[in-house]
Amino acid sequence: MSLLNKNSNKVLIQGLGRDGSFQAERCIEFGTNIVSGVHPTKAGEKFKQDIPIFGSVNEAVSETSPDIGLIFVPAPFAADAIIEQIDANISVIVCVTEGIPIADMVKVNEYLKGKMTRLIGPNCPGYLIPEKKLKVGIIPGSIVKPGNVGVVSRSGTLTYEAIVQLTKLGIGQSACVGIGGDPINGTSFVDVIDMFEEDDNTEAIVMIGEIGGTKEQEAAERIKNSVSKPVVASIVGQTAPEGRRMGHAGAVITGKSALASEKINSLKDAGVVIADSPTEIGQKVKELLKIK
Amino acid sequence: MQLHEYQAKNILNEHNVPIPFGKVASSDLECEEIAKSINGRSVIKAQVHAGGRGKAGGIKVTEGPEEAKKVAQEMLGSTLKTFQSGGTEFPINKVYVEEASDISREFYLAVTMDFDEKCPVIIFSTEGGMNIEEVAEKTPEKIIKIHVNPLIGPSPYKIRNLLSLLKLEKKVSQQIFSIIQNLYEIFNSLDCTLIEINPLAVTKKEKALALDAKITIDDDSIFRHSDLEDLFDKTQMNQAELKALSSDLAYIKLDGGKVGCMVNGAGLAMATMDITIKAGTAPANFLDVGGSASEERIEEAYKIIASDRDVEIILVNLFGGILRCDVAAKGIINGFKESNNSIPMVVVLRGTNSNDAKLLLEKSALDISFAEDLPSAALEIRNKLGIS
Repeated sequence: MSLLNKNSNKVLIQGLGRDGSFQAERCIEFGTNIVSGVHPTKAGEKFKQDIPIFGSVNEAVSETSPDIGLIFVPAPFAADAIIEQIDANISVIVCVTEGIPIADMVKVNEYLKGKMTRLIGPNCPGYLIPEKKLKVGIIPGSIVKPGNVGVVSRSGTLTYEAIVQLTKLGIGQSACVGIGGDPINGTSFVDVIDMFEEDDNTEAIVMIGEIGGTKEQEAAERIKNSVSKPVVASIVGQTAPEGRRMGHAGAVITGKSALASEKINSLKDAGVVIADSPTEIGQKVKELLKIK
Repeated sequence: MQLHEYQAKNILNEHNVPIPFGKVASSDLECEEIAKSINGRSVIKAQVHAGGRGKAGGIKVTEGPEEAKKVAQEMLGSTLKTFQSGGTEFPINKVYVEEASDISREFYLAVTMDFDEKCPVIIFSTEGGMNIEEVAEKTPEKIIKIHVNPLIGPSPYKIRNLLSLLKLEKKVSQQIFSIIQNLYEIFNSLDCTLIEINPLAVTKKEKALALDAKITIDDDSIFRHSDLEDLFDKTQMNQAELKALSSDLAYIKLDGGKVGCMVNGAGLAMATMDITIKAGTAPANFLDVGGSASEERIEEAYKIIASDRDVEIILVNLFGGILRCDVAAKGIINGFKESNNSIPMVVVLRGTNSNDAKLLLEKSALDISFAEDLPSAALEIRNKLGIS
């Protein structure tokens, strides 16, 4: 299911430690409807006076019927939390946690096959829909503005960078989605680009990719064949050496196809407007929307 | 985390993957003793974290204990640079001394993660001893892959099907069948990202043996393998990177650049590195201080960058969120005071408390210019370095 046009937006937060609690408050401030929390040792307590905390996802689901799950559980237990939410039929799961073992994520990925759940992340800032006042994750609510540009990125900080530029230029966003920096994640560029293409509120798409893997090439292929909306993209990591992990677990050049230049060429070939640096994204979108 | 060959071979041996007789030595005398017990030709192999040792002179066949001792003397205490080591000189502190084998055939066998298919993959090739990337490029038909469902493990029928393509002697085929199963068991139980046997040899007596072994363990899974932590060889790492690691900083030294970079966020760090091209130069490092860095961590980051002799200018790009820019500024000033140098800096500060941070930095003795954003920072770097 597309996360952009869901009717119900009740959010459950799993993992209410220091970071989870801090971020949960920011989500509430933005206007997100958080209906319950899950934490192993805080069951029975309330978060911010009126949000009930349960010991398990199943209990939280039967008492508060959330349809979106947000996970801040520490890495050693995060895969189990994702599986717990899949089993409870949560329709969209955002996992913010960084550093989940690859072996755990390949199992989660296999377990997800054929299920209705959409997983975003892990190691991601989540998503935010300004107009719906829905923030599921850690994208700062203060920088966004409702509008018609869809933003998708592997990097958290570059998602913010693009949003800040757009908002400064008076260009609002239909949705901002951070798919995460891990090599194995639930939602790809192609998935989000498809959602933006179908979404009536989205007029243009911004995509920020990086070195490693071939997901940007897959996106280019999809854009070429079935996307009618204009796309601006930027790829970082042109100066990265081969074989080294650039912070993100997935940002490693492992062969020719993982190079920034290869990704840029595929995207250019698909008619995508390339911003040489992410700092030029706002300007490129502005020019593009004017031409239209 | 990468293991040495001798450590990997210990693990193989524990999991019933056959290896030639061999032992690790830290001195020439130890090496001589091991060579004596081998009673014949022995192979002396430098234990470094780099592939391509053979071509670089890191693997030598010796005729007897005396020659073995001599080779160990030459190798131990020296360094090795290979075509795969990216310019790094790895110190040789240990050598592995192994019985030489009479080889009739060589294969390639590995288990790794296939990030496109999102599952483990067993890779087999008839071209043993070759660089597998080269084989993949030139003769892809010589590589056979088995994708593994991580919830089920490798199905025996798939391994049988693979082996039937090779038309091997039944005896050899059975041995390789068990080796593949045992190798996957190691891959799975130790959370490896790569386990590679190249070559997997078949001797003239029809015995399959792992002649070399490479194991890399997923850093993110070390928390459940505390017993493996001791296998980490710090001497094989760039010392600045090692220092950064202990301060929880993601730092990677890059060759040939002049611009030291300090950034929060991996994506922004890459974008910052890339902008140095626009300044007509190149980055000296990747450095992500993290989303919630403390004053101490920033100070450490500054010191690491400032002590890099390649660095002629420092580019700081911080986007305050949970990280407060004023806290970062204090860290930079402390680092500057302690490292006692005057490397010029170009600073881009945005977000939480960035104005306070600017005031603090202006008042300090640092040679600083502020830039609004990365493109103007690139211009500033160009000016300061005098690049036309």
